[in-house]
Amino acid sequence: MTVSDTRPPEEQVPAPPGGPPRTATSRTGWQGAVRRWLRSTSTGSSTFSVLVTAVLLVVLFGAGSIRYENFGYPQVALNLLVDNAYLIVLAVGMTFVILTGGIDLSSGAVVALGTVMAARLLQAGWPAPLVIAVVLATGALLGWLMGLAIHGLQLQPFIVTLAGMFLARGICFAISGPSIPIQDDWFTAVAINVVELPGGTFLSYGAVLALVVVAVAAYVLHRTRFGRTVYAIGGSESSAALMGLAVGRTKVGVYVISGFCSALGGLLFSVYILSGWSLHGIGLELDAIAAVVIGGTVLVGGRGLVLGSLLGVLVLGTIKALIDFDGGLNSWWTKITVGVLLLVFVVLQRVTGRRSGTAS
Amino acid sequence: MTDRPASDPASRRPADGLLARARRSPVLWAVAALAVLLLFNLVANPGFFALRFQDGHLFGNLVNVVKNVAPVLLIAVGMTLVIATRGIDLSVGAVLAISGSVAFTIVEGADDPSSGGTAALAIGVALAAGLVLGAWNGFLVSVVGIQPIIATLVLMTAGRGIAMLITDGNIVTAENPVFDWLGGGYVAGVPVQIVITGLVLLLVAVLTRRTALGVLIEAVGVNPAAARLAGVRARSITFTVYVFIAFVAAVAGLMVTANVSAADANRAGLFIELDAILAVVIGGTSLAGGRYSLTGTVVGALILQTLTTTVLTMGLPDEYIRLFKAVVIIMVFLLQAPRVRAALGRRGRRSATPPSATPDGGAGTAASGSAPPDEVRPASPVPVPGTGDVPGRPAQQEVLR
Repeated sequence: MTVSDTRPPEEQVPAPPGGPPRTATSRTGWQGAVRRWLRSTSTGSSTFSVLVTAVLLVVLFGAGSIRYENFGYPQVALNLLVDNAYLIVLAVGMTFVILTGGIDLSSGAVVALGTVMAARLLQAGWPAPLVIAVVLATGALLGWLMGLAIHGLQLQPFIVTLAGMFLARGICFAISGPSIPIQDDWFTAVAINVVELPGGTFLSYGAVLALVVVAVAAYVLHRTRFGRTVYAIGGSESSAALMGLAVGRTKVGVYVISGFCSALGGLLFSVYILSGWSLHGIGLELDAIAAVVIGGTVLVGGRGLVLGSLLGVLVLGTIKALIDFDGGLNSWWTKITVGVLLLVFVVLQRVTGRRSGTAS
Repeated sequence: MTDRPASDPASRRPADGLLARARRSPVLWAVAALAVLLLFNLVANPGFFALRFQDGHLFGNLVNVVKNVAPVLLIAVGMTLVIATRGIDLSVGAVLAISGSVAFTIVEGADDPSSGGTAALAIGVALAAGLVLGAWNGFLVSVVGIQPIIATLVLMTAGRGIAMLITDGNIVTAENPVFDWLGGGYVAGVPVQIVITGLVLLLVAVLTRRTALGVLIEAVGVNPAAARLAGVRARSITFTVYVFIAFVAAVAGLMVTANVSAADANRAGLFIELDAILAVVIGGTSLAGGRYSLTGTVVGALILQTLTTTVLTMGLPDEYIRLFKAVVIIMVFLLQAPRVRAALGRRGRRSATPPSATPDGGAGTAASGSAPPDEVRPASPVPVPGTGDVPGRPAQQEVLR
């Protein structure tokens, strides 16, 4: 793992054991020049990965505009945000976890739990603000418990969050098996009303909230001590601990954030779909992970930008939109395309990371 | 089972009593959990243990447990080897779906759907598809060097799409005597699926525990680079375990589809990768690699299935299965967690020693075999710097190679 250049010099983390990091300076030709240029830019290869994702997004959207009429309208682009608001929030939480080198498999199940809890509590006549607070607190609590198990008991994140996933889905089923409609005035008002933008376009409140979450997450990651510790842990956890950074608190913290974001995603999803069902969001965590990876975040942690995750979600959304617009293609092409994209980006990460990455 | 005891060699000192040794064995907790589950059934539901021999076939809840566990157990055996190399395979559910879809599409489209030749062709092509998909995963992991979790995530995502492409989005149904036999047949009174799973288990146990192969696999899991330098063909071994798990996933796919006489690209084997991983981990094999226990995997898979059967025989809706699973899993993990064991006042095994080979404090690392076993783990929740107590990082870096 390279030291990510996103941190100021005084926070540089020493290279992990396994030999000094190989630099690209020995390489000649244009590749070396490009690498040196990337290294000299402020955030190094994270920016490059995000740039690649952004270019891909533009190319995909451009291709759609040329291929299908009515695709190139601004509202189609904005609809990507509207239709994927919950996934954006989910991917933001996942970015935090993956940056520390962890993973959260429970997020899709927590989304379902959020929808079911919201629907059930609203049905019971609770006021909407209280319902929202309870759902968010539940998500954060679940994340906190998983974080404690991961850090305090030193269990693997994969397994702990897998148990969390079963637990959350189980609670969903225990609350209600069948789907519950949401008829609360406040929720339907949020679902129906939109923010008018110039040019006759609009964004849903959910989409605006998702963008706010992205902005807040970017601020936290780059401008706070917590955020820098997240990157430091991803770079090398033992080094971060030796530097006296609050490794434990931060590690638990990222799972709290992820749980909170999943619950928020659940609320956005319940507003989007106006029902609570224990089978909502199956496999959503994989979409979130795919979006984060396509957005250039490295799965071993330490490198990546939350903006990339936003772009990753938009790339996934564009693929879905393209397949919807085509009409002749079946939905399973979405899965295949996402799989292929995932492969391309992982190989890309591997190739760009090889010189600077772990020695074999 | 021709298994090594899960406790590490260093703990097998004469000074250690049997009890002390057993305490450290992660398998023990799984066996205890299974025993508690069975005991609970004995009290709550005496009919659970009734075995009947009817028309020359074995019937009963216990037989059902073993029969229904067959596909998961089959995959879990493969998963054990993959996890032992410090890898993971998320794509088995997709491979299972592809295998079933391929087989039934061939049977359905054949001129003579009920002939044995058709079945042989279908099975052959399905297994070949499994081998190809496994080779793909193995290539990504061992040659390209992508992290196993993400390399297999690619096929997990795309695989179901491919399966739906094969079946054209439909649920393919077909009738063929060979598949009927595979789904519900008996060999000497025992269900075929149990026989097949047993044979595979026996084969793997003999191959890996009666030859050096098992040790080589563990060596790759401990440190691939060191294993290679020591003359172990790490790359080939890694490649082979991914091919093997995809192959058994394909076999499981044939079983699952034959069982219901229908290939459902969307739902066949959904979440089976998670069940298989859980079975392996409950059995005491650490996700950090370097050591595995086939016995543990068998016990882990049996726990999961007994739990399911228990919930169903108690007349509870099957929605509660996940909740119960989660509770049992969490309890088993808590008991296996080194910190908890240390806090319980036992002499916890040192699970983390040299920083280069200490993946984490998971349920047991082979690397700790060299550690003095009588050091008491600190029970403090703060990682002790410098002792390699910090989990996670080195392991994940090694996975990347």
